[in-house]
Amino acid sequence: MTVKTPIYLDYAATCPVDQRVVDTMVPFFTETYGNAASRTHAFGWAAEEAVEQAREQIAKTIGADAKEITFTSGATESNNLAIKGIAEYLHEKGKHIITVVTEHKAVLDACKYLERQGYDITYLAVGTDGLITAQQVADAITENTVLVSVMTANNETGVVQPIAEIGKVCHERKVLFHTDAVQAFGKIPLDVQEMNIDLMSISAHKIYGPKGVGALYVRRRKPRVRLTPQIHGGGHERGNRSGTLNVPSIVGFGEAARIAREGMAEESVRIATLRNRLRDRLRGEIQHVLLNGSETEVLPGTLNISFAYIEGESLLMALKDIALSSGSACTSASLEPSYVLRAMGLDDEMAHSSLRMTIGRFTTEAEIDYVVELISKHVSRLRDMSPLWEMVQEGIDLNSIQWTAH
Amino acid sequence: MAYSDKVIDHYENPRNVGSMDKGEDNVGTGIVGAPACGDVMKLQIKVDDGVITDAKFKTYGCGSAIASSSLVTEWVKGMKVEDAMEIKNSQIAQELSLPPVKIHCSVLAEDAIKAAISDYQKKTSGDA
Repeated sequence: MTVKTPIYLDYAATCPVDQRVVDTMVPFFTETYGNAASRTHAFGWAAEEAVEQAREQIAKTIGADAKEITFTSGATESNNLAIKGIAEYLHEKGKHIITVVTEHKAVLDACKYLERQGYDITYLAVGTDGLITAQQVADAITENTVLVSVMTANNETGVVQPIAEIGKVCHERKVLFHTDAVQAFGKIPLDVQEMNIDLMSISAHKIYGPKGVGALYVRRRKPRVRLTPQIHGGGHERGNRSGTLNVPSIVGFGEAARIAREGMAEESVRIATLRNRLRDRLRGEIQHVLLNGSETEVLPGTLNISFAYIEGESLLMALKDIALSSGSACTSASLEPSYVLRAMGLDDEMAHSSLRMTIGRFTTEAEIDYVVELISKHVSRLRDMSPLWEMVQEGIDLNSIQWTAH
Repeated sequence: MAYSDKVIDHYENPRNVGSMDKGEDNVGTGIVGAPACGDVMKLQIKVDDGVITDAKFKTYGCGSAIASSSLVTEWVKGMKVEDAMEIKNSQIAQELSLPPVKIHCSVLAEDAIKAAISDYQKKTSGDA
């Protein structure tokens, strides 16, 4: 069976919008185009009703109440609102926040901003599997701690943190718990009640919805969570986030959440089966392959894998018909390899050789097989060209060599 | 990142990949870079009567690093040793249209040829 190239294996970056989602959005551009905040006419009422239906669908996906969903422009804004909004609101109570070194930059940079404002931030270290423990969180909490922010699943490795256990610790110690659930939302079951989550950042475009819309779940009961808005204006979204609602995108977000929730059980099995096939075939057919991150505590669709003795970007060049991403420094403007992989104790060399492949709704088995064959072929070609591979074949220990850093 | 056609050509059809016996008196070997930095180049030259008659390379690195070393082996073949010493990274960068973030690849290729020549010269002066 032939496959059509390019093949998309970068669902963790973004997704195509599901056609069913597009279909629900279209009327809200040209027919039901009212401002959801217009209370004086039918155009506004229709828009508001559609927004409330979407809010309901999203809330249902995480076991929340619709009133607890605040729409934003995306998860970066949601993370900023949660972290800065809580820090500012509770600044008299305490100025200590706990997070993790492998968080997304939207969380880390918001925390660094607060550090410059005089807040104290604890960055928890992860194990070689990318995981932290609830005990680490418990040990880091002080009387000044106001917020714990731990992502549900990592964007680079797919590793899923023990969110329910961390939530329990936070609840017992009466510290608010925020989770950046962008990668996990709609992929694995999440329940804000069972998991004691007080704030959760989510996004539409990772679940086959449109880009530019996200949400922050803000708990309203036990405890009632209040935050200081970061965008001021007309007092939309219960004052949490001003700005005219992006009605078509919110409608699409709601439909994407509904599809994700209703299909999750079946889809996650199908996607995990494809991911396992990819993982097992690559490990079976290529020597010196390293899986990055926990093999069990991981999202269904993510595979992060390193091929020793070849550099990631050169492999990406060979795989130009496959859309994937790399932990290699060369793919970013900075020359540093992935901070997530380094935090897991991976040496720079293996971080440079890492590939992240993320499988999604439209991935086929034929595509996976094509990708395995292409990777096998090019890993072998690039190793034949690699002086490191040659040294290893000659039995030289690469760590015994005095390299010239440049 | 967009690569120039020349980088892609050298990456897909690298010239002079391979190794020579580094124990030979007329073979100079230069290994530069570090795995941690994402680039290691091994460049070898064979010299007869002051002229580079053969050149081989192996490179661990990005496409631009592979292209830079491939290009240099092509250039130095048939060159006098002293002329090969004059190769500048800017010439490599220009030929391959390397973007600023990839200039270090051309620097490394220049270092590699200089290291190979220096290794060869050490061997010959040791014999004298």
